[in-house]
Amino acid sequence: MADFIFSHSYLILLCPLLSFVLIGLGYLRSDNKFVSKFAITLSAISLSYALLTALTYLISVMGHHGLPYPEKIALDGAWLNFTPTLTANMGIYLDPISVMMLVVITVISLLVNIYSVGYMKGDPSFNRFFALLALFSFSMLGLVVSSNILQMFVFWELVGVSSYSLIGFWYEKPSAVAASKKAFIMTRFADAFFLLGILLVSFQSGSFSFQTLNSPETAALLNKNFIFAGISINMLTLGTLLVFCGGWGKSAMFPLHVWLPDAMEGPTPVSSIIHSATMVVAGVYLTARMFPLFAAAETTLFVIQCIGAFTALFAAVIAITQMDIKRILAFSTLSQLGYMIFSLGAAKVCVEGGGHHEASVNLLGYSAAMYHVFTHAFFKCMLFLGAGAIIHAVHSNDIMKMGGLKSLMPKTYWSLFAACLAIAGVFPLSGFWSKDAILLSALQSGHYITFLVGLVTGGLTAFYMFRFFFLIFHGEARSELHHVHEDPWMTWPIVFLTIPTIFAGLLEHFFVHRVIPPHFEEATHFSHPGWLPWLATLAAFLGIGGAWVLYGKGKTEAATSLKRLFGPLYTIVYNKFYMDEVWLFFTHTVVFSYIAAPIKWFDRKVVDGSMDLTGWILQVGGKGVRLAQSGQLQFYLGATVIGLIVFLFLG
Amino acid sequence: MTLSHCIALSLILCGIGLFGMLTRRNLLGILLSVEVILNGANINFAAFAHFKAADPVAGAIFPIFVMAVSACEIAVALAIILSMYRRKKRLDVYRLEELNG
Repeated sequence: MADFIFSHSYLILLCPLLSFVLIGLGYLRSDNKFVSKFAITLSAISLSYALLTALTYLISVMGHHGLPYPEKIALDGAWLNFTPTLTANMGIYLDPISVMMLVVITVISLLVNIYSVGYMKGDPSFNRFFALLALFSFSMLGLVVSSNILQMFVFWELVGVSSYSLIGFWYEKPSAVAASKKAFIMTRFADAFFLLGILLVSFQSGSFSFQTLNSPETAALLNKNFIFAGISINMLTLGTLLVFCGGWGKSAMFPLHVWLPDAMEGPTPVSSIIHSATMVVAGVYLTARMFPLFAAAETTLFVIQCIGAFTALFAAVIAITQMDIKRILAFSTLSQLGYMIFSLGAAKVCVEGGGHHEASVNLLGYSAAMYHVFTHAFFKCMLFLGAGAIIHAVHSNDIMKMGGLKSLMPKTYWSLFAACLAIAGVFPLSGFWSKDAILLSALQSGHYITFLVGLVTGGLTAFYMFRFFFLIFHGEARSELHHVHEDPWMTWPIVFLTIPTIFAGLLEHFFVHRVIPPHFEEATHFSHPGWLPWLATLAAFLGIGGAWVLYGKGKTEAATSLKRLFGPLYTIVYNKFYMDEVWLFFTHTVVFSYIAAPIKWFDRKVVDGSMDLTGWILQVGGKGVRLAQSGQLQFYLGATVIGLIVFLFLG
Repeated sequence: MTLSHCIALSLILCGIGLFGMLTRRNLLGILLSVEVILNGANINFAAFAHFKAADPVAGAIFPIFVMAVSACEIAVALAIILSMYRRKKRLDVYRLEELNG
């Protein structure tokens, strides 16, 4: 029975694909009601099958009291034969994290579909939107069930292209086009390194499948140095770093993060699905998927940890100053992604700090990161959907123009209240558990600096989320509001999402101790300090309290005076540390004038010049030969005779 | 009179004919030169047939062939030249350039 269900799990992917193809090819001109029903139905079928698969999976592994959960290859068929020994398959790979992601993606995809019916009402491209949304879900679902790295790369690119088409959905807006191009090019830039990493790792290990790549044999095989340009490089470190580069771009880690805030130009449901279940978690997912290989490369994990921790803090600081409702949330996502990434990196036990036990890898880092992906998806999706509903009601993105919406949008108010509490990490909501697990993993592994960064970021997160919350809902309206109402299509998905937001924390024990990567023994027991939850909660309440003091009444005077106090510092943060400008400088000035311009010159002058020279020689030769082709028989004859005489004398 | 005299004569005739063919500008002159070349070649055939061949009759057939063919050829060429002269009123080959590619 279980095998029957697993072997048909391709249905989960097939539904969105069908939805995309049919809406995109057949029903693009038909009426919106039918299309939205169709898309929601297929999405719901996909969700129910994903739930069925997840349940079957859980039931089938309940028998296994031994850890870890077994992985199952539900489907696997040869797809590309490169050499007799090297074959890339297309398959469906079920293990705890992919099953978890299947459920998360399908749930969020369905809710976003329902929400979009309200949000996109009256949009001329209504049907195209649903088709692209289905494509987006399909590619992300394909990504999480990939059984081998090449299949993952294919879906990885599909996610990239569908996000490009959705961010640039309103292609009449120049800013949306620019943002979609930015997102696509930046992630593609990172994907180039990812592909290099795939080539390196697969070439060395002779296989694409994750099962082979994650085995200890592969790590041992790769763990050798080679000399390049006089520097000794460890192949394992290089390969894993290159693979991680893909995640670096997709998960928008510093300094490749600049595309993510700009991606807010797309419709809000898109931002919601990008920030919660697709696209940005792909990077985290990739890192988790390849974790056994990464775990063997200490340097890589250290880099991952540093990047993650830095991004978490960096984005949180920026989020404090932003005024655009969606940009605050975008930076908040960046910060949370930083958490997940550094949690994965912190799985490496620091020898100096926590060297009193024999384990070198603390699996909690891995489980906590995946658990945070799980909880974060729900409340971040809800926050974005709520922000979309507010934008829809107020017709503005500026939080300074909002305020006093509490009485007008009560359902949204209470739902977002839950989400803000969750993201701030207040007991007993879901965010508390997952953040706590992440902080605990950093502490257990002995990465104290990372732990502190995480703690501070937690406080900052609480602060800016409640700043956002108070400024929107509390106090008096700061601009003329009319026709503010809650559209049921949009409100119910938001309300529904409060359930996982509040209760997902109950799965913590189940998750953190049982979801561990393959090829690892049971999680070793580390010390479990009792003061940590209190400390984390204290940080959260400090942040919330700070926000209450400054903005609790929906007033901005106190904050404005504080702003003046910080002056230039505020300006720097408000302008996102000028990272966009740095990139612009880098691309326009450095790349364009010092790299592209010489290359252009070389192309124009040398490459084109050589081709032109060939053409010129042929032309001139042709002109010369044309002189001889006079049509004068006497001339031909004379040439013949002279030629003959010359030959005779030469021969 | 030996074979070499005959060969020399035929060579001289061919040379004169070739020179004429390459330098005359008048079509009729070119035609005359062609005839001179052909006669030079005929002398050659006849001489070799007379001095070398086992059966001199067989060698004599060839010049007769050449004469017959050249007579036909000259008839055709003259017809072309006459029609050309009627059309163009000139026979200077350097000026007849309609067929130049």
